[in-house]
Amino acid sequence: MEVPEKLLPAATFEDLALPLFDQLYNFARWLTEDTTEAEDLVQETYAKALRGFSSFQAGTNFRAWMYRILRNSFLSSRTGLKTTVTFDEEEHEAVSADRSTPESLLLAQASRETVQQALTELPVHYREILLLCEVEEMSYQEIAETLAIPPGTVMSRLFRARKALRSLLQQKLQGGRHGL
Amino acid sequence: MACEAWQGKLDAYLDGELEPAEAAALSSHIRGCGACAADALERVQIKRSVAAAGKRYAPSPKLRARVRLSVAKPRREIVWQWKVVAVPAVLALMVVLAVSLYTGRESARRQRVYSELADLHIAALASSTPVDVVSTDRHTVKPWFEGKIPFSFNLPELQGSPFTLLGGRVTYLAQTPGAHLIYQLRKHEISVFIFQDREAATVSLPPGAAHALSFNSESWTQDGLRYFVVGDISADDIHELSRLLRSAG
Repeated sequence: MEVPEKLLPAATFEDLALPLFDQLYNFARWLTEDTTEAEDLVQETYAKALRGFSSFQAGTNFRAWMYRILRNSFLSSRTGLKTTVTFDEEEHEAVSADRSTPESLLLAQASRETVQQALTELPVHYREILLLCEVEEMSYQEIAETLAIPPGTVMSRLFRARKALRSLLQQKLQGGRHGL
Repeated sequence: MACEAWQGKLDAYLDGELEPAEAAALSSHIRGCGACAADALERVQIKRSVAAAGKRYAPSPKLRARVRLSVAKPRREIVWQWKVVAVPAVLALMVVLAVSLYTGRESARRQRVYSELADLHIAALASSTPVDVVSTDRHTVKPWFEGKIPFSFNLPELQGSPFTLLGGRVTYLAQTPGAHLIYQLRKHEISVFIFQDREAATVSLPPGAAHALSFNSESWTQDGLRYFVVGDISADDIHELSRLLRSAG
Protein backbone atom coordinates (compact mmCIF):
# COMPACT_ATOMS: atom_id res chain seq x y z
CA MET A 1 0.00 0.00 0.00
CA GLU A 2 2.14 2.73 -1.38
CA VAL A 3 0.71 6.12 -0.71
CA PRO A 4 0.87 8.28 -3.82
CA GLU A 5 2.53 11.56 -2.95
CA LYS A 6 -0.15 13.73 -4.45
CA LEU A 7 -2.79 11.99 -2.38
CA LEU A 8 -1.03 12.38 0.90
CA PRO A 9 -2.06 15.92 1.85
CA ALA A 10 -5.69 14.90 1.55
CA ALA A 11 -5.26 11.58 3.33
CA THR A 12 -5.25 12.01 7.07
CA PHE A 13 -3.46 9.72 9.45
CA GLU A 14 -6.84 8.45 10.57
CA ASP A 15 -7.83 7.47 7.02
CA LEU A 16 -4.62 5.54 6.49
CA ALA A 17 -4.12 4.00 9.91
CA LEU A 18 -7.58 2.89 11.01
CA PRO A 19 -8.09 0.32 8.24
CA LEU A 20 -4.99 -1.47 9.57
CA PHE A 21 -6.35 -1.73 13.09
CA ASP A 22 -7.61 -5.35 12.99
CA GLN A 23 -4.50 -6.73 11.32
CA LEU A 24 -2.20 -4.81 13.63
CA TYR A 25 -4.01 -6.15 16.65
CA ASN A 26 -3.82 -9.72 15.34
CA PHE A 27 -0.10 -9.28 14.73
CA ALA A 28 0.45 -7.71 18.15
CA ARG A 29 -1.45 -10.52 19.82
CA TRP A 30 0.71 -13.13 18.09
CA LEU A 31 3.86 -11.33 19.12
CA THR A 32 2.95 -10.73 22.75
CA GLU A 33 0.87 -13.88 23.33
CA ASP A 34 -1.19 -11.82 25.74
CA THR A 35 -4.38 -9.81 25.27
CA THR A 36 -3.58 -6.93 27.61
CA GLU A 37 -0.07 -6.56 26.28
CA ALA A 38 -1.37 -6.67 22.71
CA GLU A 39 -3.91 -3.93 23.48
CA ASP A 40 -1.25 -1.75 25.04
CA LEU A 41 1.05 -2.39 22.13
CA VAL A 42 -1.57 -1.41 19.56
CA GLN A 43 -2.42 1.78 21.44
CA GLU A 44 1.22 2.65 21.80
CA THR A 45 1.75 2.01 18.10
CA TYR A 46 -1.06 4.36 17.12
CA ALA A 47 0.11 7.04 19.53
CA LYS A 48 3.70 6.86 18.24
CA ALA A 49 2.64 6.74 14.62
CA LEU A 50 0.35 9.75 15.06
CA ARG A 51 3.17 11.75 16.64
CA GLY A 52 5.59 10.68 13.94
CA PHE A 53 3.20 11.02 11.02
CA SER A 54 4.69 14.34 9.94
CA SER A 55 8.02 12.57 9.46
CA PHE A 56 6.45 9.79 7.45
CA GLN A 57 7.94 9.90 3.98
CA ALA A 58 5.31 10.26 1.30
CA GLY A 59 5.73 7.59 -1.35
CA THR A 60 7.07 5.02 1.09
CA ASN A 61 5.05 2.13 2.38
CA PHE A 62 2.65 3.19 5.09
CA ARG A 63 1.69 -0.33 6.15
CA ALA A 64 5.32 -1.39 6.53
CA TRP A 65 5.93 1.82 8.52
CA MET A 66 3.08 1.02 10.91
CA TYR A 67 4.19 -2.57 11.38
CA ARG A 68 7.75 -1.43 11.97
CA ILE A 69 6.59 0.91 14.72
CA LEU A 70 4.55 -1.86 16.31
CA ARG A 71 7.41 -4.33 16.09
CA ASN A 72 9.99 -1.91 17.45
CA SER A 73 7.67 -1.05 20.32
CA PHE A 74 7.27 -4.73 21.00
CA LEU A 75 10.99 -5.43 20.90
CA SER A 76 11.64 -2.67 23.42
CA SER A 77 8.89 -3.95 25.73
CA ARG A 78 9.68 -6.33 28.53
CA THR A 79 8.26 -9.33 26.73
CA GLY A 80 10.02 -8.31 23.55
CA LEU A 81 13.39 -7.96 25.25
CA LYS A 82 13.06 -11.47 26.64
CA THR A 83 12.47 -12.89 23.19
CA THR A 84 15.44 -11.15 21.60
CA VAL A 85 17.84 -12.67 24.12
CA THR A 86 17.42 -16.04 22.48
CA PHE A 87 17.50 -14.58 19.00
CA ASP A 88 20.47 -16.16 17.23
CA GLU A 89 20.06 -16.46 13.53
CA GLU A 90 22.40 -17.80 10.89
CA GLU A 91 21.40 -15.09 8.40
CA HIS A 92 23.85 -16.31 5.80
CA GLU A 93 22.69 -19.84 5.47
CA ALA A 94 21.92 -20.46 1.82
CA VAL A 95 18.45 -21.31 0.76
CA SER A 96 18.97 -24.91 -0.05
CA ALA A 97 16.99 -27.63 -1.67
CA ASP A 98 14.56 -29.05 0.80
CA ARG A 99 12.75 -31.86 -0.85
CA SER A 100 9.68 -32.73 1.09
CA THR A 101 9.36 -36.39 1.87
CA PRO A 102 6.18 -38.24 0.83
CA GLU A 103 5.00 -38.42 4.43
CA SER A 104 5.12 -34.62 4.66
CA LEU A 105 1.99 -34.56 2.53
CA LEU A 106 0.30 -35.27 5.80
CA LEU A 107 1.13 -31.71 6.80
CA ALA A 108 -1.60 -30.53 4.56
CA GLN A 109 -4.05 -32.23 6.86
CA ALA A 110 -2.83 -30.36 9.91
CA SER A 111 -5.80 -28.84 11.65
CA ARG A 112 -6.12 -25.15 12.26
CA GLU A 113 -5.47 -25.68 15.96
CA THR A 114 -2.32 -27.68 15.24
CA VAL A 115 -0.95 -24.95 12.98
CA GLN A 116 -1.80 -22.32 15.57
CA GLN A 117 -0.05 -24.33 18.24
CA ALA A 118 3.02 -24.76 16.03
CA LEU A 119 3.11 -21.03 15.25
CA THR A 120 3.00 -20.24 18.96
CA GLU A 121 5.91 -22.57 19.60
CA LEU A 122 8.03 -21.03 16.86
CA PRO A 123 10.60 -18.40 17.86
CA VAL A 124 9.14 -14.91 17.49
CA HIS A 125 11.31 -13.94 14.52
CA TYR A 126 10.07 -16.99 12.58
CA ARG A 127 6.50 -16.50 13.67
CA GLU A 128 6.41 -12.84 12.66
CA ILE A 129 7.91 -13.34 9.21
CA LEU A 130 5.47 -16.13 8.46
CA LEU A 131 2.55 -13.97 9.57
CA LEU A 132 3.73 -11.03 7.49
CA CYS A 133 4.18 -13.24 4.44
CA GLU A 134 1.16 -15.53 4.68
CA VAL A 135 -1.43 -13.57 6.65
CA GLU A 136 -0.58 -10.01 5.61
CA GLU A 137 0.56 -11.18 2.18
CA MET A 138 3.38 -8.69 2.20
CA SER A 139 5.95 -8.71 -0.57
CA TYR A 140 9.55 -9.48 0.31
CA GLN A 141 10.26 -5.78 -0.12
CA GLU A 142 7.55 -4.84 2.39
CA ILE A 143 8.74 -7.46 4.83
CA ALA A 144 12.28 -6.14 4.45
CA GLU A 145 11.03 -2.62 5.27
CA THR A 146 8.98 -3.82 8.21
CA LEU A 147 11.74 -5.87 9.77
CA ALA A 148 14.48 -3.47 8.67
CA ILE A 149 16.48 -6.24 7.06
CA PRO A 150 17.77 -6.68 3.48
CA PRO A 151 15.43 -8.50 1.04
CA GLY A 152 17.97 -11.33 0.75
CA THR A 153 17.67 -11.95 4.47
CA VAL A 154 13.89 -12.03 4.10
CA MET A 155 14.24 -14.97 1.74
CA SER A 156 16.61 -16.92 3.93
CA ARG A 157 14.72 -16.25 7.14
CA LEU A 158 11.46 -17.17 5.52
CA PHE A 159 13.06 -20.37 4.27
CA ARG A 160 14.20 -21.32 7.77
CA ALA A 161 10.90 -20.30 9.31
CA ARG A 162 9.04 -22.61 6.93
CA LYS A 163 11.45 -25.41 7.60
CA ALA A 164 11.02 -24.99 11.35
CA LEU A 165 7.26 -24.89 11.01
CA ARG A 166 7.23 -28.00 8.87
CA SER A 167 9.29 -29.97 11.31
CA LEU A 168 7.15 -28.78 14.21
CA LEU A 169 4.01 -29.85 12.38
CA GLN A 170 5.59 -33.15 11.48
CA GLN A 171 6.40 -33.79 15.12
CA LYS A 172 2.90 -32.92 16.16
CA LEU A 173 1.22 -35.06 13.54
CA GLN A 174 3.47 -38.04 14.22
CA GLY A 175 3.04 -37.55 17.95
CA GLY A 176 -0.67 -37.51 17.34
CA ARG A 177 -0.54 -40.71 15.39
CA HIS A 178 1.57 -42.41 18.04
CA GLY A 179 -0.85 -41.24 20.60
CA LEU A 180 -3.71 -43.01 18.89
CA MET B 1 17.37 -27.25 -15.27
CA ALA B 2 17.39 -30.01 -12.68
CA CYS B 3 14.85 -30.36 -9.92
CA GLU B 4 17.49 -29.45 -7.36
CA ALA B 5 17.88 -25.99 -8.85
CA TRP B 6 14.15 -25.38 -8.90
CA GLN B 7 13.65 -26.50 -5.33
CA GLY B 8 15.31 -23.45 -3.91
CA LYS B 9 13.08 -21.19 -5.98
CA LEU B 10 9.80 -22.88 -5.22
CA ASP B 11 8.96 -20.69 -2.21
CA ALA B 12 9.74 -17.48 -4.03
CA TYR B 13 7.66 -18.74 -6.94
CA LEU B 14 4.69 -19.46 -4.71
CA ASP B 15 5.14 -16.12 -2.94
CA GLY B 16 4.93 -14.43 -6.31
CA GLU B 17 8.44 -13.06 -6.02
CA LEU B 18 10.04 -14.60 -9.11
CA GLU B 19 10.68 -12.61 -12.26
CA PRO B 20 7.97 -13.35 -14.86
CA ALA B 21 10.36 -15.24 -17.17
CA GLU B 22 11.69 -17.39 -14.35
CA ALA B 23 8.20 -18.00 -13.00
CA ALA B 24 7.07 -19.17 -16.45
CA ALA B 25 10.00 -21.54 -16.70
CA LEU B 26 9.38 -22.99 -13.25
CA SER B 27 5.71 -23.31 -13.99
CA SER B 28 6.40 -25.38 -17.12
CA HIS B 29 8.86 -27.52 -15.16
CA ILE B 30 6.24 -28.26 -12.50
CA ARG B 31 3.80 -29.38 -15.18
CA GLY B 32 6.27 -32.02 -16.30
CA CYS B 33 7.69 -33.02 -12.90
CA GLY B 34 5.50 -34.98 -10.52
CA ALA B 35 7.87 -34.62 -7.57
CA CYS B 36 8.14 -30.87 -7.86
CA ALA B 37 4.39 -30.61 -8.41
CA ALA B 38 3.71 -32.57 -5.21
CA ASP B 39 6.20 -30.42 -3.34
CA ALA B 40 4.63 -27.23 -4.66
CA LEU B 41 1.19 -28.48 -3.70
CA GLU B 42 2.26 -29.21 -0.17
CA ARG B 43 3.89 -25.82 0.20
CA VAL B 44 0.78 -24.10 -1.09
CA GLN B 45 -1.31 -26.02 1.41
CA ILE B 46 0.94 -25.04 4.27
CA LYS B 47 0.87 -21.45 3.11
CA ARG B 48 -2.89 -21.57 3.12
CA SER B 49 -3.17 -23.23 6.48
CA VAL B 50 -0.81 -20.64 8.01
CA ALA B 51 -2.82 -17.85 6.43
CA ALA B 52 -6.00 -19.28 7.93
CA ALA B 53 -4.51 -20.13 11.32
CA GLY B 54 -2.75 -16.77 11.51
CA LYS B 55 -6.00 -14.82 11.38
CA ARG B 56 -6.76 -15.75 14.91
CA TYR B 57 -7.29 -12.74 17.12
CA ALA B 58 -9.87 -10.00 16.90
CA PRO B 59 -9.61 -6.76 18.86
CA SER B 60 -12.25 -5.86 21.42
CA PRO B 61 -14.76 -3.15 20.52
CA LYS B 62 -13.47 -1.22 23.53
CA LEU B 63 -9.95 -1.10 22.15
CA ARG B 64 -11.26 -0.12 18.76
CA ALA B 65 -13.16 2.77 20.30
CA ARG B 66 -10.12 3.88 22.30
CA VAL B 67 -7.81 3.80 19.30
CA ARG B 68 -10.37 5.54 17.12
CA LEU B 69 -10.69 8.28 19.68
CA SER B 70 -6.95 8.71 20.10
CA VAL B 71 -6.48 8.94 16.35
CA ALA B 72 -9.38 11.37 15.92
CA LYS B 73 -7.48 14.00 17.87
CA PRO B 74 -6.83 16.36 14.95
CA ARG B 75 -10.50 16.31 14.19
CA ARG B 76 -11.26 17.37 17.73
CA GLU B 77 -9.18 20.47 17.14
CA ILE B 78 -11.33 21.18 14.15
CA VAL B 79 -14.36 20.76 16.37
CA TRP B 80 -12.86 23.28 18.73
CA GLN B 81 -12.33 25.73 15.90
CA TRP B 82 -15.84 25.07 14.80
CA LYS B 83 -17.02 25.98 18.28
CA VAL B 84 -15.56 29.45 17.90
CA VAL B 85 -17.99 29.98 15.08
CA ALA B 86 -20.75 27.86 16.51
CA VAL B 87 -21.03 29.36 19.98
CA PRO B 88 -21.90 32.89 18.84
CA ALA B 89 -24.11 31.38 16.17
CA VAL B 90 -25.96 29.33 18.74
CA LEU B 91 -26.25 32.34 21.03
CA ALA B 92 -27.60 34.42 18.19
CA LEU B 93 -30.02 31.66 17.35
CA MET B 94 -31.15 31.52 20.96
CA VAL B 95 -31.78 35.26 20.97
CA VAL B 96 -33.73 34.97 17.73
CA LEU B 97 -35.68 32.07 19.18
CA ALA B 98 -36.40 33.96 22.39
CA VAL B 99 -37.56 37.00 20.45
CA SER B 100 -39.70 34.97 18.10
CA LEU B 101 -41.04 32.99 21.03
CA TYR B 102 -41.93 36.24 22.77
CA THR B 103 -43.47 37.77 19.67
CA GLY B 104 -45.07 34.44 18.95
CA ARG B 105 -46.58 34.48 22.39
CA GLU B 106 -47.62 38.08 21.93
CA SER B 107 -49.21 37.29 18.61
CA ALA B 108 -50.87 34.23 20.11
CA ARG B 109 -52.19 36.40 22.87
CA ARG B 110 -53.39 39.00 20.40
CA GLN B 111 -54.94 36.23 18.37
CA ARG B 112 -56.72 35.01 21.49
CA VAL B 113 -58.17 38.46 22.22
CA TYR B 114 -59.34 38.86 18.63
CA SER B 115 -60.94 35.44 18.57
CA GLU B 116 -62.65 36.22 21.84
CA LEU B 117 -63.99 39.45 20.40
CA ALA B 118 -65.06 37.63 17.24
CA ASP B 119 -66.85 35.12 19.48
CA LEU B 120 -68.61 37.89 21.34
CA HIS B 121 -69.59 39.44 18.03
CA ILE B 122 -70.99 36.16 16.67
CA ALA B 123 -72.68 35.24 19.95
CA ALA B 124 -74.44 38.57 20.09
CA LEU B 125 -75.67 38.32 16.51
CA ALA B 126 -76.83 34.74 17.03
CA SER B 127 -78.66 35.72 20.19
CA SER B 128 -82.43 36.31 20.03
CA THR B 129 -81.74 39.60 21.72
CA PRO B 130 -78.53 40.90 20.14
CA VAL B 131 -78.85 44.18 21.93
CA ASP B 132 -80.27 45.11 25.31
CA VAL B 133 -80.88 48.69 24.38
CA VAL B 134 -82.52 48.91 21.00
CA SER B 135 -82.06 52.33 19.53
CA THR B 136 -80.61 54.07 16.57
CA ASP B 137 -80.22 57.14 18.69
CA ARG B 138 -76.83 57.55 20.28
CA HIS B 139 -78.39 59.81 22.87
CA THR B 140 -80.47 56.87 24.06
CA VAL B 141 -77.76 54.26 23.87
CA LYS B 142 -75.01 56.16 25.64
CA PRO B 143 -76.96 56.94 28.85
CA TRP B 144 -78.17 53.37 29.01
CA PHE B 145 -74.64 52.25 29.86
CA GLU B 146 -74.38 54.63 32.78
CA GLY B 147 -73.96 52.67 35.99
CA LYS B 148 -73.55 49.46 34.05
CA ILE B 149 -69.94 49.97 33.02
CA PRO B 150 -67.25 51.88 34.93
CA PHE B 151 -66.59 54.46 32.23
CA SER B 152 -68.31 56.75 29.79
CA PHE B 153 -67.77 57.28 26.07
CA ASN B 154 -68.97 59.36 23.15
CA LEU B 155 -70.66 58.04 20.05
CA PRO B 156 -70.52 59.73 16.63
CA GLU B 157 -73.30 61.38 14.73
CA LEU B 158 -73.99 58.99 11.85
CA GLN B 159 -76.11 61.36 9.82
CA GLY B 160 -74.86 61.24 6.22
CA SER B 161 -72.84 58.07 6.79
CA PRO B 162 -73.84 54.58 5.53
CA PHE B 163 -73.78 53.22 9.09
CA THR B 164 -76.71 52.74 11.37
CA LEU B 165 -76.62 52.17 15.14
CA LEU B 166 -78.72 49.15 16.13
CA GLY B 167 -78.17 49.24 19.87
CA GLY B 168 -75.90 48.08 22.64
CA ARG B 169 -75.26 45.59 25.44
CA VAL B 170 -72.85 45.08 28.28
CA THR B 171 -70.10 42.61 27.56
CA TYR B 172 -67.06 41.19 29.23
CA LEU B 173 -63.55 40.60 28.01
CA ALA B 174 -61.19 38.87 30.43
CA GLN B 175 -63.56 39.57 33.33
CA THR B 176 -63.62 43.25 32.41
CA PRO B 177 -66.95 44.91 31.68
CA GLY B 178 -67.26 46.95 28.55
CA ALA B 179 -69.70 48.31 26.01
CA HIS B 180 -70.72 46.30 23.01
CA LEU B 181 -72.36 48.41 20.31
CA ILE B 182 -73.79 47.01 17.13
CA TYR B 183 -73.83 48.98 13.92
CA GLN B 184 -75.19 48.07 10.58
CA LEU B 185 -73.83 48.65 7.13
CA ARG B 186 -76.21 47.47 4.38
CA LYS B 187 -77.03 43.93 5.58
CA HIS B 188 -73.85 43.52 7.62
CA GLU B 189 -73.60 43.97 11.35
CA ILE B 190 -70.49 45.34 12.95
CA SER B 191 -69.50 45.17 16.58
CA VAL B 192 -67.77 47.98 18.37
CA PHE B 193 -66.24 47.07 21.72
CA ILE B 194 -65.09 49.65 24.21
CA PHE B 195 -63.07 48.77 27.30
CA GLN B 196 -60.94 50.62 29.75
CA ASP B 197 -57.39 50.49 28.47
CA ARG B 198 -55.72 49.31 31.64
CA GLU B 199 -56.64 45.70 31.76
CA ALA B 200 -54.10 42.98 31.26
CA ALA B 201 -56.11 41.43 28.48
CA THR B 202 -56.10 44.46 26.31
CA VAL B 203 -53.18 46.58 27.34
CA SER B 204 -50.51 44.98 25.17
CA LEU B 205 -52.55 44.93 22.02
CA PRO B 206 -50.97 47.08 19.39
CA PRO B 207 -53.34 49.43 17.64
CA GLY B 208 -54.02 49.00 13.98
CA ALA B 209 -55.89 46.81 11.60
CA ALA B 210 -55.98 43.06 11.80
CA HIS B 211 -57.55 40.26 9.93
CA ALA B 212 -58.59 37.10 11.70
CA LEU B 213 -61.15 34.38 11.18
CA SER B 214 -62.35 36.14 8.05
CA PHE B 215 -63.35 39.14 10.15
CA ASN B 216 -61.71 42.47 9.69
CA SER B 217 -61.00 44.50 12.73
CA GLU B 218 -59.38 47.66 13.87
CA SER B 219 -58.26 48.76 17.28
CA TRP B 220 -56.99 51.88 18.88
CA THR B 221 -56.70 53.63 22.20
CA GLN B 222 -58.28 56.97 22.87
CA ASP B 223 -58.74 58.85 26.13
CA GLY B 224 -57.93 55.79 28.20
CA LEU B 225 -60.39 53.66 26.33
CA ARG B 226 -59.65 50.77 24.07
CA TYR B 227 -61.79 50.47 20.97
CA PHE B 228 -62.25 47.35 18.81
CA VAL B 229 -64.25 47.34 15.62
CA VAL B 230 -65.00 43.84 14.37
CA GLY B 231 -67.11 42.82 11.41
CA ASP B 232 -67.38 40.85 8.19
CA ILE B 233 -67.24 44.00 6.10
CA SER B 234 -64.24 45.24 4.14
CA ALA B 235 -61.23 46.69 5.92
CA ASP B 236 -62.04 50.04 4.30
CA ASP B 237 -65.55 50.07 5.77
CA ILE B 238 -64.15 49.05 9.17
CA HIS B 239 -61.72 51.89 8.87
CA GLU B 240 -64.45 54.35 7.97
CA LEU B 241 -66.50 53.40 11.01
CA SER B 242 -63.38 53.61 13.16
CA ARG B 243 -62.71 57.09 11.81
CA LEU B 244 -66.20 58.21 12.77
CA LEU B 245 -65.84 56.77 16.29
CA ARG B 246 -62.45 58.45 16.70
CA SER B 247 -63.83 61.82 15.69
CA ALA B 248 -66.63 61.48 18.26
CA GLY B 249 -64.26 60.49 21.05
